[in-house]
Amino acid sequence: MLSRTADHLYWMARYTERTENLARLLDVSYQMSMVPQSVAAQNENWRAILALNSLETAFAEVYREVNVENVLRFMVADAANPSSIYSCVRAARENAHAVRGAMTAEMWESVNATWIELRQQDFEQIVARGVSEFFDWVKLRSAVIRGVTFGTMLRDDTLHFIRLGGLLERADNTARILDMQYHILRNGDEGASDFYRWGALLRSLSAFQVYRKVYRDAITPGRVAELLILRGDLPRSLHACADGIVRMLQLVANSASAETQRQAGVLHAGLHFARIDDVFAVGLHEYLTDFMDRIYELGEGISQDFLVPA
Amino acid sequence: MNADFYNEMYDADGTLRPHYRVFADWLAAMPPERRVRKQAEADTAFHRVGITFAVYGEKSGTERLIPFDIIPRIVPAAEWAMLEAGLRQRVKALNAFLHDIYHDQEILSAGRMPAEQVLNNAQFRREMVGVDVASGIYAHIAGVDLVRAGAGETYVLEDNLRVPSGVSYLLEDRKMMMRLFPELFSRHLIAPVQHYPDMLLENLRTVAPTGVVDPTVVVLTPGAYNSAYFEHTFLAQQMGIELVEGRDLFVKNETVFMRTTQGPQRVDVIYRRLDDDFLDPLAFNKESMLGVPGLLAAYRAGQVTLANAIGAGVADDKSIYPYVPEMIRFYLGEEPTLHNVPTWMLRKPDDLKYVLAHLPELVVKEVHGAGGYGMLVGPASTSAEIEDFRARILAAPEKYIAQPTLALSNCPTFVDSGVAPRHLDLRPFVLSGKSISMVPGGLTRVALREGSLVVNSSQGGGTKDTWVLEN
Repeated sequence: MLSRTADHLYWMARYTERTENLARLLDVSYQMSMVPQSVAAQNENWRAILALNSLETAFAEVYREVNVENVLRFMVADAANPSSIYSCVRAARENAHAVRGAMTAEMWESVNATWIELRQQDFEQIVARGVSEFFDWVKLRSAVIRGVTFGTMLRDDTLHFIRLGGLLERADNTARILDMQYHILRNGDEGASDFYRWGALLRSLSAFQVYRKVYRDAITPGRVAELLILRGDLPRSLHACADGIVRMLQLVANSASAETQRQAGVLHAGLHFARIDDVFAVGLHEYLTDFMDRIYELGEGISQDFLVPA
Repeated sequence: MNADFYNEMYDADGTLRPHYRVFADWLAAMPPERRVRKQAEADTAFHRVGITFAVYGEKSGTERLIPFDIIPRIVPAAEWAMLEAGLRQRVKALNAFLHDIYHDQEILSAGRMPAEQVLNNAQFRREMVGVDVASGIYAHIAGVDLVRAGAGETYVLEDNLRVPSGVSYLLEDRKMMMRLFPELFSRHLIAPVQHYPDMLLENLRTVAPTGVVDPTVVVLTPGAYNSAYFEHTFLAQQMGIELVEGRDLFVKNETVFMRTTQGPQRVDVIYRRLDDDFLDPLAFNKESMLGVPGLLAAYRAGQVTLANAIGAGVADDKSIYPYVPEMIRFYLGEEPTLHNVPTWMLRKPDDLKYVLAHLPELVVKEVHGAGGYGMLVGPASTSAEIEDFRARILAAPEKYIAQPTLALSNCPTFVDSGVAPRHLDLRPFVLSGKSISMVPGGLTRVALREGSLVVNSSQGGGTKDTWVLEN
């Protein structure tokens, strides 16, 4: 397939996945803000979301105060913020629009309809209806797009590059959400509220029931990290993402991609054979930072080998 | 009923024409709320599918829906048979003319056309002189605009031989009618049109460079911001071929390749939806970011086919148009089946004098204009607009032609006030390769503003489904 086509599909998938994870992250933060805590601690959580996306400066240019409403407005509906849900949906739609002929009609229509529906709601309406309902809508639209993709697309490179983009983005986002929440939880007030916070984190990654099923025991930080990093059968875990990335790279391999495949293989092997104690020995934050760096490198490699060849 | 105009549905006495009888009964029986619901369904579906076009000169990114009217234009079989024969004849002659003027120029030496009209025309591409193109075909896809005037006679308004667009609307309009009103298709025998993409692909494959067994065909688009981008993606998808932009292609050893995820792949036929000037920055517009450096050299070397050919525009230029009937006589030895609109060429002093004296009655067009931009419709203009145009004509008379204001036929159309007659034209798409082919009918464009004679979508025109009835 055309390199440019693959590039647009890959980024369409990345932005779609990013939108969903952003909704998940904002939703969990919103849920956690309802746990009794000081206003200062609460606003600290919202500040962390801005920091996660390196948006403190951009935010400060427009808003005076870091609080629930301002951060939500900035991250949900602000067209000037390139990382907002609004901007990510638009970017996904623009990438799809550029290569709409490469996908099935249903797929283009589901991406386009998401954008059309989003444009029809302003922030006040979203708040009035409840932001959680909005986040559910975002997750649902993402599920629809994913379902239509799997249900209608030919199993060829078109689908493989869409999958590759989605998996790479998800790997990065899961690591990011875990890193941020873990940091807050570690530094937060100890006590019973922790249960709710860990619960909310698991829920945001659709992993709460899975946790119960797998461990049948109290929620502990170590097990949460183990589940989200090392479990190969949890669809949003780092291990599961690495599995998929390696498989997709094998399917699209060309004469230039050996080094990128090797890097993906090394990353995958590390997750496949690691023990959670080893992860904590390195330090969770250090481990996740290293992981995100490698995902970034993989993205660069994929770009050079397939999407934007010299 | 306005007797000055030919109405497609009713005759001059207001009697329903026979080929509209079944439809009129159906329409009369439809409750208004069903029609409103169906129209809304059509709009939603068109938006969802993204059948929009970008409007030049408006805020960037403005995408508009082309209004779709549910009353079809119905063409009886016998009438279409006549039109089709006329179109074949005309397009055949135009291709013969293009081959001739880029080779022996016999029509010029025979004195049947003024040589300077052709050779000094901006659309005449010297780079193409002596170049042999595959199968000798230049205008692979022609969009010939037909109008019907007061007495019911058909005229050719213009021959679009560069990058005629609109075929996607023809196909989507049919799909929409079948979706909204399937019952109509069991009550009429309507000639199908949905195989157009297959015909187009087959046509493009037959004009591949000599020796290529299984040609790779692509559609070349200027990109997502082009007004016809929807159509480019639509056609590429329907044909199952790649939609490329200039940056996806490169030329090496006079051979064209596209960049794919599996490395370079050779391209044999390019259905280009990009004007000549932008095709190759090395040969034409040096500022063009849309083209492919070296494409002209590869083309001249016979390594790739461009459809339509570079230089085809000289045959659809408005200053050449008056000579098409003469081309038909010269190359085919036949009398033209389809009429030309009488045309004054303002480079001629007598014509100029006449036109300046009759501006309020005439239509004046730029010789190189297209899309309904830069034209004067005398009867519909204010005296200030006419005086403004007069000054433009006097500054460069050779840039303009004039024609009588044709009483374009009309057809009942849904508008805000109910059903009212609106003027329309018809653009059939004629494919030329090893042979000439076309789907029955064409794109019917309708001027939605009351009294307007300009049907272009950029000027507020809409479309209708076009039914050619089978006997």
